[in-house]
Amino acid sequence: MADLTRLTAASLAEKLAAGEVSSVEATQAHLDRIAAVDGELGAFLHVNEHALTAAADIDRRRAAGESLGALAGVPLAIKDVLVTTDMPSTSGSRILEGYMSPFDATVVARARAAGLVAIGKTNMDEFAMGSSTEHSAFGPTRNPWDQTRVPGGSGGGSAAAVAAFEAPLALGSDTGGSIRQPAHVTGTVGMKPTYGGVSRYGSIALASSLDQIGPATRTVLDAGLLHDVIGGHDALDATSLAESWPSFAQAAREGARGDVLKGLRIGVVRELPDSGMQPGVAASFRASLAAMEAQGAEIVEISAPHFEHGVAAYYVLMPAEASSNLARFDSVRFGMRVTPHAGATVEEVMSATRAAGLGEEVKRRIILGTYALSAGYYDAYYGSAQRVRTLIQRDFTDAFAQVDVIATPTAASTAFRFGEMVDDPLAMYLNDATTLPANLAGVPAISIPSGLSDDGLPVGIQFIAPARQDAKLYSVSAALEALLQDKWGGALLDRAPRLGGDA
Amino acid sequence: MSEITPELVRHLGSLARIELSDDEVARLTGQLDAIVDNIAKVAEVATADVAAMSHPLPLANVFRDDVVGEPLSLEQALQNAPDAADGRFRVTAIMGEEQ
Repeated sequence: MADLTRLTAASLAEKLAAGEVSSVEATQAHLDRIAAVDGELGAFLHVNEHALTAAADIDRRRAAGESLGALAGVPLAIKDVLVTTDMPSTSGSRILEGYMSPFDATVVARARAAGLVAIGKTNMDEFAMGSSTEHSAFGPTRNPWDQTRVPGGSGGGSAAAVAAFEAPLALGSDTGGSIRQPAHVTGTVGMKPTYGGVSRYGSIALASSLDQIGPATRTVLDAGLLHDVIGGHDALDATSLAESWPSFAQAAREGARGDVLKGLRIGVVRELPDSGMQPGVAASFRASLAAMEAQGAEIVEISAPHFEHGVAAYYVLMPAEASSNLARFDSVRFGMRVTPHAGATVEEVMSATRAAGLGEEVKRRIILGTYALSAGYYDAYYGSAQRVRTLIQRDFTDAFAQVDVIATPTAASTAFRFGEMVDDPLAMYLNDATTLPANLAGVPAISIPSGLSDDGLPVGIQFIAPARQDAKLYSVSAALEALLQDKWGGALLDRAPRLGGDA
Repeated sequence: MSEITPELVRHLGSLARIELSDDEVARLTGQLDAIVDNIAKVAEVATADVAAMSHPLPLANVFRDDVVGEPLSLEQALQNAPDAADGRFRVTAIMGEEQ
């Protein structure tokens, strides 16, 4: 039998539906793959010992003639920021080590109800703070393309897991680029939906006005299929949008035919010039634009004058909201408790617990957020950043009056080496300049592979659409994906180096 | 240069309930100084007439139907507590001796 781990989720789902393979076989193949390569990569924090039981249940229900979801029986990796009842949920932090949630996150519950098999929890920067997965309390994840380099972050585990064929599908969370930037550096697909498009109930909050949950996959169609399962209104999330959404899988399938590119106006941001990118990244981006132009797309330069202030605004808003959200880790209701001495007051216990349980980057952002929110500074920092946010949203509104979608390189450089940014947090923060405007404005954005840079490492192209037009992103990126795969003669990941477990 | 001093960092640590070692205070003072220098620019960009945005797609009056739901049981709510007794979370003394 062909290697089941190399199949896309869409084709694995077809084989499952046709009875050619069982979910137990598919799940076992991925568990074997994890056992073979994850010792090197460290993409998983936990492998689900109940996965085969869940898979057998799907097989039984299918055999009994039950009508199942399109992805029933397909394995799913889950970023550890999402709480799960059958596996620990730590958000990459020591302070939550061993935490067992009494409920499933809505997206996890929906995935299970659709028959997806939860295969494990993936590694991440602690509380999703970082762009490298080096800030996980449980050790880094390595990039399958070059193990001396980071897999991006915060969702490096989910991206590495799909890139290394340990799972066909994964869930991520994106506050400033944590789904898209890992997709960029691992040659995979990552989608951040419109703010409110996917429920965040049961996602351990980083910055509530920015966080979104979305798919991490190897193809655009697979992302659409997973988005169809997890998306839509949830009464348990007060920021959830009530509207009904079209099928994103259908948008991807239609987009792959390519007609969408004819007459499509693609905006390129003047304020994100090629000179600010690694040359190989800029070259890959321009080649993708040229390929779409050859199919009838029109490239239009647009101006987004406030994007340059995005990083500054983001690094006020995100730490401020994080410092408030992370106050819940107080040693009282859940998580670690450190009692420094007999007779310590609850306040001393909290301070000692948070000192021991939180990592350096998390402490840095909590302290920064506490500063930005403190009396006398609130308006200068938080208030000003919220006004910049309005200006960035206006930049998008103006741009989308002229173009259908905006394209940028997903990040300015390919995967960086371990340790390169650890001592320079500011440099790491600046790395998010291309991805975080979408979070600030609440608009959807996707990253798909655009090729390899001159250093042989993957590069992603990001498309951004107006709020609620997620389907447009699926159709446009599926069109480009089809063009590029045709040119390459296969998927970009076919060119990734073999891992130790490969025969 | 901003006004980040070791004393301020220590004070912020106590506000955030994070005990910081002297090494951490020294390191954070330097790093926060650089970061604050960078983010302070936000105050110069927008004039006061620009509305502040708290959420990108704001919703108002999000209500649910007034029906009985299925909240966590007492047992579930306490299952992760570091310490619990008599159906409640248990903590150490609220007040110290000097208070």
